[in-house]
Amino acid sequence: MSIEVRNLSKQFGTFAALRDVSLKVHSGELLALLGPSGSGKTTLLRVIAGLEAADTGQILFQGGDATSQHVRDRHVGFVFQHYALFRNMTIFENVAFGLRVRAKAFRPTEAEISNRVHRLLKLVQLDWLADRHPHQLSGGQRQRVALARALAVEPTVLLLDEPFGALDAKVRKELRSWLRRLHDDMQITSVFVTHDQEEALEVADRVVVMNEGCIEQIGTPDEVYERPASPFVYEFLGKVNLFHGRLHRGRAWIDGLEVDAPEHTEAENLAAVAYVRPHDIHIDRMIHGGALPARVFHILSVGPIVRLELIRDDSEDKELIQVEITKERFRELQLVRGDQVFIKPSRFDLFPSQVVH
Amino acid sequence: MLLHEDTSVTTISLPLATGLHRKGATDEPAWVRRTLIGVALIFLTLFLFVPLISVFYEALKKGTDVYLAAITEPDAVDAIKLTLIAAAIAVPLNLIFGLAAAWAIAKFEFRGKNLLITLIDLPFSVSPVVSGLIYVLIFGLQGWLGPWLAENDIKIIFAVPGIVLATIFVTVPFIARELIPLMQAQGTEEEEAAVVLGANGWQTFFRITLPNVKWGLLYGTILCNARAMGEFGAVSVVSGHIRGSTNTLPLHVEILYNEYNFAAAFAVASLLALLALVTLALKTFVESKNRWHEGELNEH
Repeated sequence: MSIEVRNLSKQFGTFAALRDVSLKVHSGELLALLGPSGSGKTTLLRVIAGLEAADTGQILFQGGDATSQHVRDRHVGFVFQHYALFRNMTIFENVAFGLRVRAKAFRPTEAEISNRVHRLLKLVQLDWLADRHPHQLSGGQRQRVALARALAVEPTVLLLDEPFGALDAKVRKELRSWLRRLHDDMQITSVFVTHDQEEALEVADRVVVMNEGCIEQIGTPDEVYERPASPFVYEFLGKVNLFHGRLHRGRAWIDGLEVDAPEHTEAENLAAVAYVRPHDIHIDRMIHGGALPARVFHILSVGPIVRLELIRDDSEDKELIQVEITKERFRELQLVRGDQVFIKPSRFDLFPSQVVH
Repeated sequence: MLLHEDTSVTTISLPLATGLHRKGATDEPAWVRRTLIGVALIFLTLFLFVPLISVFYEALKKGTDVYLAAITEPDAVDAIKLTLIAAAIAVPLNLIFGLAAAWAIAKFEFRGKNLLITLIDLPFSVSPVVSGLIYVLIFGLQGWLGPWLAENDIKIIFAVPGIVLATIFVTVPFIARELIPLMQAQGTEEEEAAVVLGANGWQTFFRITLPNVKWGLLYGTILCNARAMGEFGAVSVVSGHIRGSTNTLPLHVEILYNEYNFAAAFAVASLLALLALVTLALKTFVESKNRWHEGELNEH
């Protein structure tokens, strides 16, 4: 079941949670809504579910207008951040709830309910906990029960609101890959909200990056990480270094380095900022052509990647530059703290800066 | 094995207790603790235990025959009946109102919510006598609706309806006040989950909301009932003290006492004291259940 969102806007008092958001979720896709808190991602998810009504705009399920459809009739599965299990019921009754509240004509028999609940509990590997109450389960177990409960009504769409947000790091990682496998098996259209960029990039087919109620970029994890469409996406997804300079007719001058900027041919003497990922900075002891001098300030060499913090020699602002190199390269260079090095961005994106100095 | 463990514990704790004089950083000196506990005990004895015992002592002083006669004479039985009727009407009505108000306040956002919360508290902040007077001013013979009621031969003041009304008014806050914080702490996520799963409003309320507050509801009901049966001030104003007709238990006690019929007064009062003790026991039981339930809640 595909989902389409057209020009959604939603206001909470004076706070604009969503501003003219449009989005298409393909059938069978696992989509992540990624953004900082207050970016409108949860509101968007709740509007899709029908738990919140948008001020303007449309929601379409499989092409049909669902904007004014009651949440009950949308047949979505919803997983809450804090599980929202029914505390007065056993795990079995929690999962069975969606089947039991159906009108008599559509309600499965007791045997069918029992069958389906046990099948789902097996799927989430918690069949042995069927008679327990929610408070007797760990956070990870509760969230798996919540997922089984959502799936019990055979939803056409699965919506997850920060499903792993309340869990500790290890359980979160486990559940993350487990969710991915589950999705691959079931092929149910799924949208999940997260503020954890690693989670979004690792699990989702496509990522929607949101900020201040707007969509900043939609793309595969690779696209949004490697080709961020805006400074915000650059800064939100991973570490980034900023180099200030000027743009003029397809050429850019960044701290004395002159480079081509073919996508900015119309720019007329604009202030610009180059965004460079830490692993896109070439570092050397000798100067080869245009390069910026810097000094090693800090070395963190845990794991296969060595992270360096450098201080620019030529710039007054003592902003640190983050560089990531492989351990091999690190051994080749034999760097110690205080060494003089030369750096050169090997890949970067230029954005005209909003504030012209 | 057990003994062995015990001795080892003693050998460890002995030097701590005697040699080092170890005590918690937040402990007060022994004399401060003893004084405070002593003051509290003296206070409780003087103001609670002695009066309570004296009620039963005075009631039974002239023998059980007098005691039984006092609580089985027709006027006393009528007073008991009226008290039970007033409570039987006031408590269920306040149960419904309290649930509805708490549900609306805790689970929904609407205009005038703060005003509603203030209004629910009003009976606590107004003197019961004033609460009674309000009804006299509205329904009394000289009141706003008095002439019309008299024309249509409807009796409210100095009759059972007035007593029921006054009782309802005075006991409004108990159940709502008990449920609002509980429901607010529980939030609306479970209800949302139920609705997403296809439950309608009634199913959500009866299967999710109500079971989640059942102990709090019972607790509020017990307190509400105790107050409904024990209310004096407001009921006294609207009752008219007509023996065998508009006398509740507390009013009956007052009348007997004013007539210097102490044995009977204390006998009837002992019923109210018993009610209080039963209420306390029930309250303690429900509280322990409730605490267990809230422990569960906090884990969520």
